[in-house]
Parts: sequence; structure tokens; C-alpha cells
Amino acid sequence: MDSHTSPNHANLLRFTTVGSVDDGKSTLIGRLLYDTQNIFDDQLEAVRKVAERKGEEEIDLSLLTDGLAAEREQGITIDVAYRYFQTSKRKFIIADTPGHVQYTRNMVTGASTANLAIILIDARRGVLEQSRRHGFIASLLQVSHMIVAVNKIDLVDYSKEVFDSIVEEYDEYSRKLDIKDITYIPVSALKGDNVVSKSAKTPWYDGPTVLHTLENVHIGSDLNVRDFRFPVQYVIRPDLNFRGYAGKIVAGSVNPGEEIAVLPSGLVSKVKTITTMDGDLEDAHAPQSVVITLEDEIDISRGDMIVRRHNLPQVENNIDVILCWMGNDPLEIGKNYFIKHTTRTVNACISKLIYMFDVNTLHRTDATEHNLFCELIKTPHRTDVNTLLLNEIGRAEIKLTQPIMLDQYNKNRETGSFIVIDPDTNFTVGAGMIRGAVRSIEETIHAEGKAEEELPVKVEIERAPVSLKEREERYKHKTAVIWFTGLSGAGKSTIAKSLERLLFSTGIHTALLDWDKLHHGLCKDLSFSDQDRIENIRRAGEVARVFYEHGSVVLCTFVSPLRCQRDQVKALIPEGRFLEVFVRCSLQTCVQRDPRGLYKKAMDGEIPQFTGINSPYEEPLNPDIILDAEYKSIEENLKALLEMLKSKGIIRK
Amino acid sequence: MKDINISYLKQLESESIHIIREVAAEFKNPVMLYSIGKDSSVMVRLAQKAFYPGKIPFPLMHIDTGYKFEEMIEFRDWYVKEIGCRLIVERNEQAISEGTHPQKIGVDKCCAKLKTQGLLGGIKRHQFDAAFGGARRDEEKSRAKERIFSFRDEFGQWDPKYQRPELWNLYNCHINEEESIRVFPLSNWTEMDVWYYLKNEEIPIVPIYYAQEREVVDRGGILIPYDDMVKLRPGEKVEKIMCRFRSLGCSPCTGAVRSNARTIDDIIKEVEEASKSERENRIIDLTTDSSMEDKKKEGYF
Repeated sequence: MDSHTSPNHANLLRFTTVGSVDDGKSTLIGRLLYDTQNIFDDQLEAVRKVAERKGEEEIDLSLLTDGLAAEREQGITIDVAYRYFQTSKRKFIIADTPGHVQYTRNMVTGASTANLAIILIDARRGVLEQSRRHGFIASLLQVSHMIVAVNKIDLVDYSKEVFDSIVEEYDEYSRKLDIKDITYIPVSALKGDNVVSKSAKTPWYDGPTVLHTLENVHIGSDLNVRDFRFPVQYVIRPDLNFRGYAGKIVAGSVNPGEEIAVLPSGLVSKVKTITTMDGDLEDAHAPQSVVITLEDEIDISRGDMIVRRHNLPQVENNIDVILCWMGNDPLEIGKNYFIKHTTRTVNACISKLIYMFDVNTLHRTDATEHNLFCELIKTPHRTDVNTLLLNEIGRAEIKLTQPIMLDQYNKNRETGSFIVIDPDTNFTVGAGMIRGAVRSIEETIHAEGKAEEELPVKVEIERAPVSLKEREERYKHKTAVIWFTGLSGAGKSTIAKSLERLLFSTGIHTALLDWDKLHHGLCKDLSFSDQDRIENIRRAGEVARVFYEHGSVVLCTFVSPLRCQRDQVKALIPEGRFLEVFVRCSLQTCVQRDPRGLYKKAMDGEIPQFTGINSPYEEPLNPDIILDAEYKSIEENLKALLEMLKSKGIIRK
Repeated sequence: MKDINISYLKQLESESIHIIREVAAEFKNPVMLYSIGKDSSVMVRLAQKAFYPGKIPFPLMHIDTGYKFEEMIEFRDWYVKEIGCRLIVERNEQAISEGTHPQKIGVDKCCAKLKTQGLLGGIKRHQFDAAFGGARRDEEKSRAKERIFSFRDEFGQWDPKYQRPELWNLYNCHINEEESIRVFPLSNWTEMDVWYYLKNEEIPIVPIYYAQEREVVDRGGILIPYDDMVKLRPGEKVEKIMCRFRSLGCSPCTGAVRSNARTIDDIIKEVEEASKSERENRIIDLTTDSSMEDKKKEGYF
């Protein structure tokens, strides 16, 4: 065996390996273990015997890790396995996770405790959807470091060009992800190139080997060291003289004498001692398990949280989350589930699915994380948006019967994560990452100070000098985004323009956005393709939001054929302030009207994807109003619209 | 900013303590399996630490096959007294009285009767809903797939394809009546970690871990302790050899290894230099390619 690390000093790196089937994950791990002399002779001998039996010359290093009989039969990895090895610098725990598409839940499981992810890409096959999905999940789970191992480089003759083009492609994609650092390494797990030792066959590569990166990546900063969080796990009361609260410090540090608060009760006290069997401590920090005693006798039980008095988490019972579904049964909106968060288990129901994203259809556009989520909303073939199936990921709102003490997942993995347990099967059916509290419109508008938490992560926007509330008070009307959708030629613009004139004349601040306006400037780089039209709508939504935030009633007229596109915009605007207007008109009539000659162009093949002709239109399922633009007059429709705006409280009665 | 990297042994210790406390908090009637071996010793120390200055709030249970080395039983009785813990000893008396022996019915069957049945009987009799075991994932291939909280049905069976996903440090403790959870707080420890911890913490271990001259029969490199049950095969002879036991099991199935290690430092040095895994001397793992996996499915640890 290799010379061992000193157990009292060396640190621990947890990493996960992901890749598609046959990308060589098991071989890479086998290679790491083998080349660092972490394999025992008898284990190697067992693998050698298998090779002999099969009549193969080289031993199959992947057999060192594929442990279950069913896996050996099928030659694939079924479930997360954990491996251990060490070098003179570090000790490693590997979560070896299967890359097969149906095992997303295992990948999420492996990534949940990892500091680093190794993503394997087969040099011959290049960047696949799966490779992007792996990166996306790693980013979602906030794995801060990543190694992209371009494997089987020997099979492309150690080609620099192949490596460079994969790096370029993946790098462009990964800019959209929230990953602190990525190292690209050309590797042959089978031959051992650049895994543990530098390969002479890749003289053009002057970066580190896989092992060198694993040994040297700085992980100290991955822990949250600022915000002291101590979920109480167990109360220790051996006799009347001692009452201690046992738990693990999940973030930050604590000293005796420090002022603390207990949540959710809000009682305050001071830390008296930090007790362990090895003696009382002068200072304790994450991830130590300790017992804390307090100066005052206060009632604290399991599930409570001890924090610093002036550094508080949020206490919430209505949370906005990213949810990975792991159950064989689909998610049921409204059903009772258990949520286990830190040491607290509460009854909960998933009240709303805001959107789901199909991790297989990632777009390569520059976008903030938030926009990425929005763009990844559901695939066209799934029409039932009100559930998540096994291995699907979505954004949801959860109502809890008791509050939990939380931080956003990207600030604190420990207080920002939870699991969902199905009370009928007792199975762990979901894993969640908390984005924050769910806010009602009133809260968003009136509680200015909290509005920032609703903003996408990592985007720091200065609070506007004039608040929306002030604007609304002065303008004497509420703000809203009125979204007209319907086929091209249905009459959306005509109605919207008349409405704008009418509103403006009564002193209402308005803005009108339509395809023509955006297409001449902001969106002139976009075509009619499905993908570009999604981007077009995204930009339209963002512009609408800016006007909205400045107090206008924004009238938007866009075909916006897909429900998910409209939902994407809806998600940008507080609930109740996005009003969907479905302007209904038969395709036949629209083709006859053809005000801009677009149907003709589409039918002549000049526009390859045109709504109604060769691209679908999804009618709104639950619009705020349906206008009949085929048989009713503009006046009738305007009247109906004004009634609707009054009933929603946007304009005065 | 101060250095927040604590040593990895401390990290492992903290993680294990967290696991042990979760079980004590969430289950009605947990038990800690105590096999007297080195891993058990570490696990018991972690339990002491988890509830200090209180006492361990659950009993220890030893599954006695009737084939444990005498030194082990002596050590067991002394140690539980020393730490003031309640001990339950469970034996499959019927199988023992029938004279169940690996050489009679085969290793696998013998284990099933004396260990697995003994364990399942004990869990059922005392209605334990959670049982700690000292197994580590680095011991054997199928163990690498094991969850820290491992669900077992009402028959104590493990189904590798129906395991609960385990995320972050959040453990699902929900079960129905009759079902149970096996909990492995040492999952992420390796053999070396256990030895270093025993040394750092000065935890006492059974003396047969240390080398001394013993009467053994060399059977294909495995040194079988000589006693009345061992029938010499042609060409075999009883020898006095300096040896020790690297892991402790039943006497008919646990071979010694040649060694001069008389102190824990000697052992650490020896294990560091070892080229074979610690279970090389355990006959029970070697019967088929998936022997441990099969045993675990039946209810074995």
C-alpha cells in the first residue's frame, strides 16, 4: 500500500464520478485505485481470475468496482457505490454513480455530498446531451469543482484537436452553470494516461493529472463558515444538574459566552459550555458534533435550531424549492408528504408545480441561472405539467404545517436541503433544494427589503430608489402585464392598441410590446425557429418586467404558442399581476386575414416553423379571459377586457 | 480566517456520532450489535461520545454462535461491565444443540443458521426497530453499495434494487411495524481508520488481535487454530506459529495470519504494508463470487 496520510491532519475530499454508460467510469475508478496502490493482492487476484475465465488478456479494472451480481451480469452499474482510497496528501471518498438516464436519482444522491464531480466524456462521441445533463445536475447541487475527463483519448490517437473542440464546446455550455472551477483533462482510463501519472503521449497537454487535481483542489472554502447553525438533534439529561443539547454544527462556529437565539421560539441565552467526552471546548466549528449547554433553563427540543443572535436564518412554512423526484409513483399535488429538513420532520403538501425542466434539452444561450431554469421548462411531449415523474426535476411550492429554519441552498447546503418521504410507502421520494420563501404579491410589493430574495441567485440588483408601491400610489392604479396570445392574424394587436389608447386616455401609464417593436431592435438577431422564438419570448418577458417594475400596465401581444413560454414569463411577474388573454380565432380565418403575408410565406416554405402551419399552438388551459376575435366586435372585446381589469383590481371601478 | 479543516478522523467521528444520535432520537427501540471485534469497539466508543455525559441509551446485543474464541467472551463480559452498558446475548440454541458446524453442513448454511437466524430471532424477540452494525463499505464489494440506513423488510431481507436514496446527511427513519433498519455508522471508515482511531483513543481490544505463539494447522496459507473440532487432513500437522487474528469470527472459519505484531503500532505498520485485504482469512466470503451479497439478502449484516 501507498504511504498513508496522517489521520490527524490530512483532509477528506468527497467526489462523485458521472458519465454515460460505457464512458469508462468504473475503469477510471479502478485505475485510480490500482495506480495509487490501493488495491489488495487478493482483490486483484479475483479480478484476474475473471479475465482468465473469460479468456481475456488484460484484466478489467472496472470489475474492481462493479460489485453486485446483477451488475456483473449486465455489465452496468446499478446503484451508487462508495469507494475509499488515500494518498500521502488526502483521503478520498468516491460516490460512484451510474450515468444511465433512468438513474438520475442516483446521480443527485452522489452529488449531494460531493465537493467535486468528475464528468467523463468519451472522446470519440464528444459532448452528448448526457454530458450536459451531468454538468447541469452538478451545478444544481452546488458541487463547486468539476473535472471534465475526456476519456478514451487513446482511441482518437491522442488528438489535441479532438480534445480542444470538446473543451471549447463544453466550456461554452458550462458558462451558464454555477460551477466555480472546471479542469479539463485528456485521459485514457484504460491505459492510464493522465490519471495518476502524466502521459508522454499527450505532450501538447501541460495541465494537471486527475489525481493531482483531486489532491490539490482547495475545498476549505466550500463550507459555510460564517453563519452558525446548530440543529438540535437530541437532548442529553443524565441528571438534574446537566441539560445539554446534542447536535452537529452544520455551519459556522461558536464559542462559550456567545449570545444565541433558539428558533422557532426566539428565546435568547448565552452558551455556557461546549461539552464533549474529550473535554470542554473553547471553540467549536462545522462539522463537529458537540453538546451545547446554555446559561438559562429554556425549553428546547429536537428540531429546534440554535443560531447566533444577530445572524438568523429564515423561519418559513411556505417554501419555494427545486425538487428532484425519486419516487416510482408520480408526485401528487396536494397529497400529504413528510419533509425532513435538518433534524425536523414536518407534514407538508406540494401545493404547486411552477415549472419542470427537461434536463435533456439544454439551450446554449447566455443566461443567468434563473433564465436557464426558465428555458429548461417542460418538453413539448409532456402535456401534464402538474406532476413530476421518477428522475424529473422541477420548481415547486411546498406548504409546511410547521415552520422550518432555512437558508437558501446556494448559501448553505445543510440548512437549504431536505428530503421528501411518502407516508404510504415510507420511501424517500424526493430531494429538495430551497430557493427561499414563497412570497405573495402583497409581500413582494410591500416588503421591499425582502424582494431581493426573490431575485435569481448571484445577480445583485440595487433596490430601485423609487419603490413600486410609491409609483402605484402616485399613478393611482396597479401595475400589471397583460399578455395577449393567439394565432398570428387573430387580432391581438388590434385589440391591444385600442385598449392602450383607452387606458392612456384615463391617465394610466401604459406600454405596448409586440413582435414588430422587438424585432427591429432587441431581437433582430433571432429567426423564426422554435428555439429562437423561445428566446424572443424570454426577452419580451424581461422587457415587460422592467416596464412593470416602473409602474406601467404593460400590454404584450405575442403569438407565444407554447404554454411553457408563457409560464416562463408568468414566473417573472408576481402572482395575480400577469393576466393571460387568449384571443381566439380559427386558423382558417387567420389565414384569410393574413395581415402581414406570413401565412403565405409559411405555406410557400419560406418560413420553416410557423405556428398553425407546421408548428403547434397550445391554447391556454386557464386564461384570465378568452376574447372571441372571430365573431365579436372590437368594442365588445374591449368592454370585456375592462371588466376583467376592474375585477382584478388593476384599474378602478 | 481560522483553519476549518479538522482532521479526517475527527470528521468521520463527527459524522458517526451524528448518525448514532439520529437513530436514538427517531427510533423507539434501537440496539447496537456488538461482535466484540475492533469495529465494534470503535462503534461503542462513538456511542459513548454521542451521549456523553449521559450513558448509551440502548443495549448492546451479541449474537453468540457458540464458536467464539474464549478470549472474546471474557473480553466482552469485562468490557460491558467497564462501560456500564446493558448486554443481551442471543444464540440460536436449537441449531447449536443440533451440533451445527461448517464442516458438517457447509459454511454458508452454518452462517445462515447460527448468525443470520440468531440475529433475526433476537431482533424479533426484543422487537428492535433499528440495529447498529459495525460493517464498513470498504470491507467487501456488496457492502460498497450499502446505505448507511439500510432498510430491511419484516423478514430482515435486504434488496439491493430497492434501496432508499440517501442524500446529504438526511436519513429516512420511517418504517412500518415489523420492519427494521440496519444502521452502519462506520460506513465511511476504512480498516486503517479503525486502527488509527483505536490507537488515538486508547480503546481496549481483544488480546487475540496481538501476535503470540499459537497451535495452528496451515491449510493453504490460512492458519486454522487447532482444537478438538479440527480433523487433520493427510499431510497436515499441528505447528506452533507466531500469529494473530486480523478479523475475528467463529473459530472454525477464522484463520490467523503470521505476524509478530505485539502492539497496536506494530499492527498499524503491518496493516499499512499489507498486500492482502483484511478478510483474506475469512472463509465465509470466499465461497462464491457473490457470497456476501447473497447472505445480506437473507438478513445477514
